[in-house]
Amino acid sequence: MTHQITMSQAINEALHEEMAREERVILIGEDVGRHGGLFGASAGLIARFGPKRVIDSPISEAGIVGFGIGAALVGCRPVVELQIFDFISLAMDQIVNHAAKMRYMSGGQASVPIVVRGPTLTGVGTAAQHSQAQPSWFVNTPGLIVVAPSTPADAKGLLKSAIREDNPVIVVEKRLLYDVRGDVPDEDVLTPLGSAVIRRRGTDVTVVGVLGGVELALRSAADLASEGLSAEVIDPRTLKPLDIDTISESVKKTGRVVVVSEDPGANGVASEIITRVIERVFWYLDAPPVRVTGANTPIPYSAVMEREVLPSVQRVTEAIRLVTN
Amino acid sequence: MPPQNVALPATISSSELIEIYRTMYLIRQFDNSLPPLYRSGKIRGTAHAYTGMEAIAAGTCHVLRPDDLIASTHRGHGHCLAKGLEPRRMMEELMGRAQGYCRGKGGSLHLTSLVNGMLGADGVVGGSLALAVGAAYASNLIGRETVVVAYFGDGASNAGLFHEAANLASILSAPVLFVCENNQWALSTRTTEVTAGPGIADRAASYGIPGRSVDGNDVLAVIDAATPLVERARIGQGPSLLEAKTYRMGLHSLYSSTGGDDRDPAELEDWANKDPVDRTRALLLGLGEEPRVAEVEREVDELIARAISDAADSPYPEPSAAYEDVYSLSNVVGPDRLS
Repeated sequence: MTHQITMSQAINEALHEEMAREERVILIGEDVGRHGGLFGASAGLIARFGPKRVIDSPISEAGIVGFGIGAALVGCRPVVELQIFDFISLAMDQIVNHAAKMRYMSGGQASVPIVVRGPTLTGVGTAAQHSQAQPSWFVNTPGLIVVAPSTPADAKGLLKSAIREDNPVIVVEKRLLYDVRGDVPDEDVLTPLGSAVIRRRGTDVTVVGVLGGVELALRSAADLASEGLSAEVIDPRTLKPLDIDTISESVKKTGRVVVVSEDPGANGVASEIITRVIERVFWYLDAPPVRVTGANTPIPYSAVMEREVLPSVQRVTEAIRLVTN
Repeated sequence: MPPQNVALPATISSSELIEIYRTMYLIRQFDNSLPPLYRSGKIRGTAHAYTGMEAIAAGTCHVLRPDDLIASTHRGHGHCLAKGLEPRRMMEELMGRAQGYCRGKGGSLHLTSLVNGMLGADGVVGGSLALAVGAAYASNLIGRETVVVAYFGDGASNAGLFHEAANLASILSAPVLFVCENNQWALSTRTTEVTAGPGIADRAASYGIPGRSVDGNDVLAVIDAATPLVERARIGQGPSLLEAKTYRMGLHSLYSSTGGDDRDPAELEDWANKDPVDRTRALLLGLGEEPRVAEVEREVDELIARAISDAADSPYPEPSAAYEDVYSLSNVVGPDRLS
């Protein structure tokens, strides 16, 4: 059985379930307590689990991520909410030099089971400092796991897996997906980390979509189906480790690949996916791969310009036409 | 320094002071042994000697229980030795050997021994302060009576994370003692030139926590100052800050030694007269402990010599060990999928 909820409700369910299951799961972040989170992801948690486990933090991103690392080192499983994902840059040293490296630097002694999660607001007009998530920063950091859910079910299932994971996990979420409803299993479902899912079956082209890119790919695939073009849409769900097996098996079948991700193209998520595809299945390719990414600009404020620099259904469709021509 | 006839405070026996002196002398001799090992290439990269600051690590760790935790700095050998790490395995780590504490992956900058409650030296100035707060808070949350000592330098007191950590610790009443080792100098800048305000201990007032300063070269004074601050943390009265005023008697690092020491010789001499190891030794001699002091020094000298020769004979890791310990493989799909 399933129930239909939004992604922010799904994140909230994951936190409720994991905090009820394991008392060493704690949550810290700005406005996560009494307010229930700016986008409602932590609603009801402080009433149920108390202010010692659900901590309304100061505006102190480096401090709270560092706090989470220390809590993880002594056996807790902290979830640190960053109110806006862009603010992760304030905590970069704690994530990159500490969370990611402590197991390695200590020769395997230290375990840092921390989850750092938050939404990027791309697409709603909050401009350059509230609207840009660059998951490749973390994909490029050995020691981290990076997940990017595109559905309520996966937002819940991936977060539950992330909380139970012994490695540090960065969860990149997208604000515009928070209000989208979807079916979520009633039972305790864990989405495995490192496992992609095929969202739509097809034979002519493989379209890999990341975060909001999944929805763009599905809409484009639906449009093109009326022309007799069959696109297979894959959602990697985890960006590190990447399930290259699922993606490359698809490309072996279709011979063509488009990757849709809204982060800037240079050295971005799409670049890595395409490189891995080329390494694996170059001889199966019938056309050069194409990226549909954010432009190499900051995110502008004005709607007409923001639309210009972000992937769109139209740009995905153009890319698919290009590789299938 | 001539022997002094000073009675010990009632809280310290001369046998305890002998053990504290053993720790201080061990730290001194450990770090004194490093420059030749560096010059001969047995130690690579760099390392930062704790020389001149021994009373702080030895005094504060004396106050702690074995299961208390410490978070350290780039200048961490003293903290390690005071918390009970073995010189041999530290030396193996510095020489990049497989049996070093970090299997040769960390070196001096990342010495860690969780079984000793040593959460890690840290290559980022101020980098370990917030995690010390989290470790303290979470230990308390899960029912332990742990106190965490977070060591940091005068330099870190100007880093944002110090202020974030102090604020967090205060509002959450975390059982932390922040110990600032004010050794007067960053690599080439004098602390007073780059640090605003009347003093680092005074910064505690901004966070509503006790701030004390102490002569960091007087081990009995350090113990005296740290004891009530550790105790208040342990009974749930929250964090505090202890600024221990000391001096970096050696060069900033093994690497930076090429340029020599351009500090004022008179200043160096002044602080040499306040050498914490000499002072503790003189105190013990004044108590008639010369035989035990001599015995401790002989034991430590042998221990260090043996640590160096054992470490030099200790096997290197397999190069392929570089791929281990990046991830825990317990939950993730498998090592071949971690790229």
